[in-house]
Amino acid sequence: MSEKKQAPKAVVAGGGFRGPRAMGPRQPVDKKALKRLLAYLKPFWPRLIIVLLCIVVNAFATASAATFLGAVIDDHIVPLLASGSQDFSGLVAAILRMAALFALAIVAVFTQGRIMAVVSQRVLRSVRDEMFAHMQTLPIRYFDTNTYGDVMSHYTNDTDTLRQMVSQVLPQSLSSLITLVVVFISMLGCSVWLTLLVILSTLFMIRVTAKIGGGSARYFISQQTSLANLNGFVEEMINGQKVVKVFNHEPQAKEDFDRKNDELCDNATEANKLGNILGPVNNNLGHLQYVLLAIVGGALAIAGTPNLSLSGMGTLTLGNIAAFLTLSRNFMQPISQMTQQINFIAMALAGASRIFSLMDEPSEQDNGYVRLVNAKTVNGELTESEERTGLWAWKHPHSADGSITYTRLQGDVVMEHVDFGYVPDKTVLHDISLYARPGQKVAFVGATGAGKTTITNLINRFYDIADGKIRYDGININKIHKPDLRRSLGVVLQDVNLFTGTVMDNIRYGKLDATDEECIAAAKLANAHDFITRLPDGYQTVLKGDGSGLSQGQRQLISIARAAVADPPVMILDEATSSIDTRTEALVQQGMDKLMQGRTVFVIAHRLSTVQNSDVIMVLDHGHIIERGSHDQLIAEKGQYYQLYTGAFELE
Amino acid sequence: MIKKLAARVRQYKKQAIATPLFMVGEVAMEALIPLIMAWLVDRGIEQGQMSSIFLYGGALLVTAMLSLFSGTAAGRMAAVSSSGFARNLRHDLYYAIQDFSFSNIDKFSTSSIITRLTTDVTNVQNSFQMILRMAVRAPLTLLFSIIMALTINARISMVFLIALPFLGFGIYWIMSRTHPIFRRVFKTYDKLNNVVQENLRGIRVVKSFVREDYEVRKFNGISDTIYKDFVHAEKNIAFMGPLMMTCIYTCTLIIGWLGAKAIIASGNNPDLGMTTGQLMSLITYVIQILSSLMMVSMVFLMITMSRASAQRIVEILDETSDITSPENGVKEIPDGSVDFDHVHFSYASRSERDTLSDIDLHIPSGSVIGILGGTGSGKSSLVQLIPRLYDVSSGSVRVGGRDVREYDLTALREAVAMGLQKNELFSGTIKENLRWGNENATDEEIMEACRLAQADSFIQDFADRYDYRIEQGGSNVSGGPKQRLCIARALLKKPKILILDDSTSAVDTRTDALIRAGFRSYIPDTTKIIIAQRVSSVMDADQIIVLDNGAVADAGSHEELLARCAIYRDVYESQTKGEDSHE
Repeated sequence: MSEKKQAPKAVVAGGGFRGPRAMGPRQPVDKKALKRLLAYLKPFWPRLIIVLLCIVVNAFATASAATFLGAVIDDHIVPLLASGSQDFSGLVAAILRMAALFALAIVAVFTQGRIMAVVSQRVLRSVRDEMFAHMQTLPIRYFDTNTYGDVMSHYTNDTDTLRQMVSQVLPQSLSSLITLVVVFISMLGCSVWLTLLVILSTLFMIRVTAKIGGGSARYFISQQTSLANLNGFVEEMINGQKVVKVFNHEPQAKEDFDRKNDELCDNATEANKLGNILGPVNNNLGHLQYVLLAIVGGALAIAGTPNLSLSGMGTLTLGNIAAFLTLSRNFMQPISQMTQQINFIAMALAGASRIFSLMDEPSEQDNGYVRLVNAKTVNGELTESEERTGLWAWKHPHSADGSITYTRLQGDVVMEHVDFGYVPDKTVLHDISLYARPGQKVAFVGATGAGKTTITNLINRFYDIADGKIRYDGININKIHKPDLRRSLGVVLQDVNLFTGTVMDNIRYGKLDATDEECIAAAKLANAHDFITRLPDGYQTVLKGDGSGLSQGQRQLISIARAAVADPPVMILDEATSSIDTRTEALVQQGMDKLMQGRTVFVIAHRLSTVQNSDVIMVLDHGHIIERGSHDQLIAEKGQYYQLYTGAFELE
Repeated sequence: MIKKLAARVRQYKKQAIATPLFMVGEVAMEALIPLIMAWLVDRGIEQGQMSSIFLYGGALLVTAMLSLFSGTAAGRMAAVSSSGFARNLRHDLYYAIQDFSFSNIDKFSTSSIITRLTTDVTNVQNSFQMILRMAVRAPLTLLFSIIMALTINARISMVFLIALPFLGFGIYWIMSRTHPIFRRVFKTYDKLNNVVQENLRGIRVVKSFVREDYEVRKFNGISDTIYKDFVHAEKNIAFMGPLMMTCIYTCTLIIGWLGAKAIIASGNNPDLGMTTGQLMSLITYVIQILSSLMMVSMVFLMITMSRASAQRIVEILDETSDITSPENGVKEIPDGSVDFDHVHFSYASRSERDTLSDIDLHIPSGSVIGILGGTGSGKSSLVQLIPRLYDVSSGSVRVGGRDVREYDLTALREAVAMGLQKNELFSGTIKENLRWGNENATDEEIMEACRLAQADSFIQDFADRYDYRIEQGGSNVSGGPKQRLCIARALLKKPKILILDDSTSAVDTRTDALIRAGFRSYIPDTTKIIIAQRVSSVMDADQIIVLDNGAVADAGSHEELLARCAIYRDVYESQTKGEDSHE
């Protein structure tokens, strides 16, 4: 037809809206993610202070346990041995004191465990809930361009990585840190020179850890990405499993799966390899440090170098060095413990970065301030009403003079010179102008890719127009609060999506406070009542897997009932009856005619029988309206519609 | 269950066995290192002997190197074998699913399959790695410490025997309480996955009805169940630490008390009782015994958690497909004739009444058959029996004169092409999607099929033509084009039997007619079975079958049916009434 080549509905912003994906093991660790993750702990600070106290108590008890025996020997056994006395009362007292401290520590650990169980799970819950709530605000484009399985992975695989991190790693690192400080002070008390040496070697150790840990972190990020990738593949394939079977496509499906599976395996292997060697590497670097200290210390002592310690200057004795060596081992222990945690931290951060990037996806823009309110007429004037009156009005505040006007909701839709393209350079709709008066039925007819569905997508603002205006009851739809706009439009889509739940629940989805009677009435209107009552449990039959037990036509009938119960002033029916047999459709049609009474209706259908009683029919071709008029007018014009109708011509 | 899982280690067995072996090396070195350190202090530093310091320092370095070597080797092996094990598990799961029949697929929800393939496998992988690294390490340390403790003072070290049953019972109690919770948690995970999946797939419905808040509430409800279960489980697990500490501390105190008494009674004489040094070591070993027990208990904890996951994995591995290819099945399908012999059929899940009852049809090869019938009359169920997507309840379906159950399944499905009612395209280019029909199709063949399916013209409109990328589920192609692509895909199979299950509902009448005309010229010998709503789609068929409530109401040519079949006449008139009045 047209010399211009247009891409139909199709060219959805190819990839531009894909969330930032981690590509390969080059992705650096996201430090901001840690900060944001920690911010989730803030509301729990009173509890966390208790946890901190518990950690301190426990660290103290652990330290005391280590020195307990030494103290018993020095303070009790040795004097008792020397005096030959059999008076154990001092010893008993010491043991009892210790027992009390231990008991306290046990209580502390228990308290800490119970508190952290709640805190960590609350954090996870708020992350999940926030993520889902945010996802609901994302524009349709986001869903067009991300595989479902990939998105689903955020809620399971990525959130899972945070669990260990919050509940175990954080408290353990804190406890290690406390031990570290205590030991560090004792070391300074022993010898400053040797402490400096320890600091140096520790710095080296941290560098090594950072290198290995950083490497493993990168692979952990790749692991999460390839896991999501696999999730996406599996979700799509399993969903289309029946097609796979029909086409004997199993070998190919297996091959593709293997490739993704291998990639995940490779990343997991590399990540874990590096993660697993951190422990042995650090342990043995600790041993190296021990030897170094022994040699340097020994040499210093033998040379009689003066020793600087917190208690002042003195000589470095061999006893000092022996004590210091023990301390240095105690110093290494928490450090190596902390490095072992790096695995979990790296993995958690990998998950967290993915979660936060979903949360950072920009929400659907909505600057609408015109709201839909219940209204009543007082003295011939429309005013807002608290109760449900059945009468609706647009509440339009004017910022210029602060006044508020009320416009009755009628369903008057006007499009003026609308241009639109899914991607900036490719205009799909050209200069579309049309109007639908309240109660009118407007049909769109045209070949594939002519832009029929696109027009309806613009009315409910799934996408925003590039140029021109769309007015609803005289109000520019950009000014209308999006949820209110959509609430006033009932949509029945070509692809039916049902939800797990009873048939009744699915119909009630259109209006959450609908009574059973209203739902059944809607089902009768859609002519769905008959087959529903023949289901095993009637309206209480539980649908699973997108209503997989129902035929396509039955699913469409339920979706019509769902829209009917919502009772909106404007309805959009996009191939709503394509899979319903014509006999049933004729029956549905009677109901639909009743349903459409007093409503503005936009109909898209291939079956011309569905559209011929429309007030006006728009014939679309490649994004242009080429003909418009009633069925009789168009037939009389003997234009494209006529040819289409008589089957002599196809709009392509 | 463990046997079944363990069999999946396969090519990583070497690494799986090597991991604990290297661990032995590390444990041995770790036992040696404190000893050398003590010598370094006692004989080197305390004596002020630089040469001894160098000697023992050198020895320490060597052992450290050995420890480093075996430690890293064990770590790497553990990583390779556990990641590989997970890979094999996923592989086997996915392959098992590929062999599932339609009714098997109906049984597991997509979301549940996904959780099993990812979350559950990850859990099992983690505990596998844990077991590999701890399996030898913990018992070895335990054994070593027990021997050392016993040699120092058998009587006093018996104390830990008192702690043992206490510890054992405690761990058992905790695990038996947490296992059912985890089992429940993963089921809830399935639900969570399901809610997210349905939300994603139905996002346009959600947004159209402004049900975002409702969806959020639904999600939060499930999220909250997970929260409660996990808190419950973790609160139980929180007993683990205190339990362990109670044991360790009690032992320390008792040994301290008994030891002190023994020392004083013997006058610090090793021959009579024990010395202070011995007491110090004894405590060290007892603590080691208990902490290796702790490690074992950690392993058990991981196992508890992953047991639920492992069960879910095995459920899939154990699921046997109820439709399997017969051994030495017939590979050659002689022709495209189809016979239904008194076929009864019902979906197991909805057995209340037969979906199809007593279907008796005989379709000669190469003929064109139309099937008409109301919504839910059993049209789709009928044709799904031909490529054996489901098996009949009684009676038999024959293709080419042979019961379909005698054919090799792949061969049968190769010969029967089917456009499903719910057409699915997959993410990938148009070409890639079409090659599902025939992997080796040339570009010319693909274009020919598309011309016949009336798809070429709109494909030419795409910027990338045949390389145009289809998004997941074909979401960026609307109904009509999607159906035509699906027909082209089916045509590329050059099948003996072509079944179109309402595959042209979104295609206009004229295109529909062109497609059917194409069939006649392109695949004249193929039996064509067309399910349609439009009489015009089936009018020119050799035979039209009218289904009503799962039974054949009538069959015959257009004229015959028009003359004698009320249902058919009804449908025909409802569709042509409009046209007549205007022409």
